[in-house]
Amino acid sequence: MIPDLGKYAVSVLTAYGASIALLAGLVALSLWRGARVRRMLREVEQRQGRSDG
Amino acid sequence: MAMSIWEYANPKKFMETSSIALPWAAGGALLCLIVGLVWGFFFTPDDYKQGSTVKIIYLHVPSALMAINAWLMMLAASLIWLVRRHHVSALAAKAAGPVGLTFTLVALVTGAVWGQPMWGTWWAWDPRLTSFLILALFYLGYIALWQAVENPDTAADLTSVLCIVGSVFAVLSRYAVNFWNQGLHQGASLSLDKEENVADVFYFPLLVCIGGFVLLFLTLVLLRTRTEIRVRRVQALLARERMA
Repeated sequence: MIPDLGKYAVSVLTAYGASIALLAGLVALSLWRGARVRRMLREVEQRQGRSDG
Repeated sequence: MAMSIWEYANPKKFMETSSIALPWAAGGALLCLIVGLVWGFFFTPDDYKQGSTVKIIYLHVPSALMAINAWLMMLAASLIWLVRRHHVSALAAKAAGPVGLTFTLVALVTGAVWGQPMWGTWWAWDPRLTSFLILALFYLGYIALWQAVENPDTAADLTSVLCIVGSVFAVLSRYAVNFWNQGLHQGASLSLDKEENVADVFYFPLLVCIGGFVLLFLTLVLLRTRTEIRVRRVQALLARERMA
């Protein structure tokens, strides 16, 4: 399935692996923090008896 | 009545609009990245000079492009904050910082991995590489400054000034090759002047990847700005609770 990358296989695969890891890490961190803050906001709003978005 | 762009400076309006735009941006980013990277990696030939390392172009060029443009977006948002004091613009600039830093790191890592077999070295103090490294340090400083200052308005003011200063390096990292005309890094791979572009077989998947990176940037900035707005709301509610 993987094309023949010849003598540069390590370079090409390292570039793709490192880039995908960095970008996936950023996406995961953004989603995790977003979910945590949303949950926190819901808790505070419920405690104060309000809900406006 | 005509819509004004400043309506989106209202956090409630921004949250409403971004909740509609976010799934489309995320879907578009995912689609473009999958199509562009699969096309580029599996279905394009090796370059006659660079061999299979040419496949790194689909990550290196879009990430470098967005590393610079993320800073320019932060500059625009910072100027809006300084002039019009719209909190959403300051929060959008803050949200873009880590995204821009990640794109800069991707550009630096892919550049080093590409440079090693082509130039025989991972790193050279070449004008474009050096200005890109300085841009990465500016991103780090920008993020650290937001964390270091407790008052959010003061933090927005100070980071906006830092952003204006750093813009010199953002522009420099784009035009360094043209200014000095020396170093290992070649000129632009893409240009409005068709003569300078890479061959069509690499050009079209590259364009799709660039579209993917632009949409990924938009998705992450929208997502993270929404989070920052919620953080402000939590802080305001907790402050009210303490005062009651």
